Amino acid sequence: MHASQTAAHELRHHFADMDQQRDTASFGMWIFLVTEIMFFGGLFLSYMLYRFLYPTAFLEGSRHMNIRLGALNTAVLICSSLTMVLAVRCVKINQRKLTVIFLLITMLLGFAFMGVKAIEYHEHWVAREVPGPAFQFEGTDPRHTQIFFSLYFAMTGLHALHMIIGCGLVLFLMINAWRGAYNSEYYNPVEIGGLYWHFVDIVWIWLFPLLYLISHQHVGGGF
Amino acid sequence: MATAVQPVEQTNYLNADYGIKSWLLTTDHKRIAMLYLISISVFFWIGGLFAMLVRLELLTPAGDLMQADTYNKAFTMHGITMVFFFLIPSVPAVLGNFLVPLMIGAKDLAFPRINLLSWYIYVVAGCLWLYTIITGGVDTGWTFYTPLSTAFSNTHVITGALSVFIAGFSSIFTGLNFIVTIHRMRAPGMTWQRLPLFLWSNYAAAVIMVLGTPVLAITLLLVALERAFNIGVFNPALGGDPLLFQHLFWFYSHPAVYIMILPGMGVVSEIVACFSRKRVFGYNAVALASIGIAVLGFLVWAHHMFVAGISLYAALVFSLLSFFVAIPSAIKVFNWTATMYKGSIRFDTPMLYALGFIGLFTIGGLTGLFLACLGVDVHVHDTYFIIAHFHYIMVGGMVMAYMGGLHFWWPKISGKLYPEAWAKLSAMFVFFGFNLTFFPQFVLGYMGMPRRYQSYPPEFQVLNVLSTAGASVLAVGYVLPMIYFLWSLRYGQNAPPNPWNAAGLEWKAASPPPTFNFDVTPVVTWEAYNYDELDKPQEVPIAR
Amino acid sequence: MSEPITSVKTFTSVWVALLILTGVTVTVAYLNLGAFSIVVALVIATIKSILVALFFMEVRYSPAITKIVIIAGILWLLILLLLSLTDFASRSWSLGL
Repeated sequence: MHASQTAAHELRHHFADMDQQRDTASFGMWIFLVTEIMFFGGLFLSYMLYRFLYPTAFLEGSRHMNIRLGALNTAVLICSSLTMVLAVRCVKINQRKLTVIFLLITMLLGFAFMGVKAIEYHEHWVAREVPGPAFQFEGTDPRHTQIFFSLYFAMTGLHALHMIIGCGLVLFLMINAWRGAYNSEYYNPVEIGGLYWHFVDIVWIWLFPLLYLISHQHVGGGF
Repeated sequence: MATAVQPVEQTNYLNADYGIKSWLLTTDHKRIAMLYLISISVFFWIGGLFAMLVRLELLTPAGDLMQADTYNKAFTMHGITMVFFFLIPSVPAVLGNFLVPLMIGAKDLAFPRINLLSWYIYVVAGCLWLYTIITGGVDTGWTFYTPLSTAFSNTHVITGALSVFIAGFSSIFTGLNFIVTIHRMRAPGMTWQRLPLFLWSNYAAAVIMVLGTPVLAITLLLVALERAFNIGVFNPALGGDPLLFQHLFWFYSHPAVYIMILPGMGVVSEIVACFSRKRVFGYNAVALASIGIAVLGFLVWAHHMFVAGISLYAALVFSLLSFFVAIPSAIKVFNWTATMYKGSIRFDTPMLYALGFIGLFTIGGLTGLFLACLGVDVHVHDTYFIIAHFHYIMVGGMVMAYMGGLHFWWPKISGKLYPEAWAKLSAMFVFFGFNLTFFPQFVLGYMGMPRRYQSYPPEFQVLNVLSTAGASVLAVGYVLPMIYFLWSLRYGQNAPPNPWNAAGLEWKAASPPPTFNFDVTPVVTWEAYNYDELDKPQEVPIAR
Repeated sequence: MSEPITSVKTFTSVWVALLILTGVTVTVAYLNLGAFSIVVALVIATIKSILVALFFMEVRYSPAITKIVIIAGILWLLILLLLSLTDFASRSWSLGL
């Protein structure tokens, strides 16, 4: 189908034109991202409070984070943001095949991130660092280090959930892109999918130093 | 008596399509508003039922109607049902959904499918909440304080918290939809300063929904996780701080009261202008006051925690900020009053409710100032004074505004006129019943009767009996409209497009409007509340 | 299309900057900077976020309302964090009033 035919086909009835539809959708996604900032915000407040109150407990907990894997994951996400942004760029210039390829790589990098996270969670489980009845920690303040780990799992777990949703979104966009649903006239879904993906990346950009890099001496998987 | 226009049977949003699928899969904002109307009415009655249980128990000083645990469940279920499943959605989801596109000259909200999704999310949440009630309920109070909720209560806290968590997303999506719609979908010529104040109020409420609700969501999620996995974020026995929960909870729940009241204030602005035949005095001030309430409302939450153990310095800060937040509300009350001054007042039912709102909201709001005072709050916190304070605002204010709005826009929504005499009678029942129920509670609280207790010293009984009697009268006042609104659907007179001769684009559409609202997108060249123009002699008949 | 299409060069430059900053933040974590560590970490995280927002999320081409929405979000997060902090930070202060 010709690009502008596709676009006209996609115009919803309550919008005057595609520009209004596009601006509206992007605006809606940004507001949704603000709700996500506040959603994670509650966890950041909890983190801030307990780190402030029990610095040693947090220090000792953070020492047991695997910085190698954490840094690797940070790099993986940054790369996935690049491929995402290139995918959006390609769809704007009608490069359908490249769009699909970049979206695919983005999704695969997302899976890689999840894989690394799974390894890390397993490591923590084996080391009895998962909060609950099995928790056992040798430190000055194990009760509050357990809170550190609670927040670690809550924050990275919530982030991982968003990643899974993100991978699903990217898969959906990829399939549609392969079918030729997007082009230089109608690419907004890819754009706002990208916004979501970059936001999840930004959340990780904050989680990484706050959870992994508190201490300068590391026990769990340092460099 | 003027004759109502008898229109030829037109296609409107109600008869455009038939069958349950056309309703359950609709994306028409007006139909979605009706779906909400039915669902929140169900929860209103459920919440009311629990209120009656509480009031019945409090007829006698001894705890003799039910066990203490059951009483705890009764007031908890009353609170959660009313706050999250009735008050928060009420005006925005019913009147807002119906009117926002009409008032700005749009064909629908910005995201119609998300609008439908938000209703389904609400229904799922409601079902989970009903399940929670049926399987035994929650007894922590609507505030879910920890560690009672996370460690000690043996009631269905997890499903209760999760149902509110899910309902929160319904609210978020409604707010998101309103903000984007009001920014992007206004008809040509509909500038921000020509918007009816109902839109400014709903916009401000939507901003609060979007910024505040996510924090409640994460907080309740943490409560559920803590209860399920014993993780210790809020539990002092495990190293947590219960006040962290309270900060997180009230960060949302205080602005939430503004989510509830702002749309009601918007309704009042519309009604007062129409029934004074004057534009709202100080349009800019009222519009900015809405935004002011939304912003300042986020800065005062710890006034719910003055006696919980926060630092005195923080208490001072929050006390001062709480005084400030009263200012924009006061501005609105002054401006509504000034609107009525030298206006041509008509005491139709919507106006009765609006006047009730103004008086009762003012009383409730003023008592809020008492509570912002640290010294007074120490004395009356967790007493019936607090209960009276917020019921004056929520029931005397918000529910009256909701009733007023339903009556005002009923002709537009249903195409029928409700019976005015019965409506006035019901309004009297509501006003009288309300004051009889809740004024004694101010006295009780000041005298020291604690809240959430099923038994009390015998010297408090007389006031409690008055309060329960008032509740019965109030209930009658709410039952009657249900009956006559339903009656009017079948037997009511057909309504003309603009029975009140009111200003606003929604009155230019037919009653009820067609599915796509306007055949031609209107071009707006007039200011809001152009009553001086409307009241020039013209052919449109005025109902009654 | 309303906005210009950013070049691959710009995107990859930002990508490289993000990776470098990640390396920096990890390296700095191994240095014993005391209380200053957290400051450095937060500053770097802020810079990375701004880069992602401005270039990858194309905020530099976005309309003013988008920028207002973003600032509001950050501002509200700060309200949550800082106003709560007034309680927690002052709990230990003496009641010298």
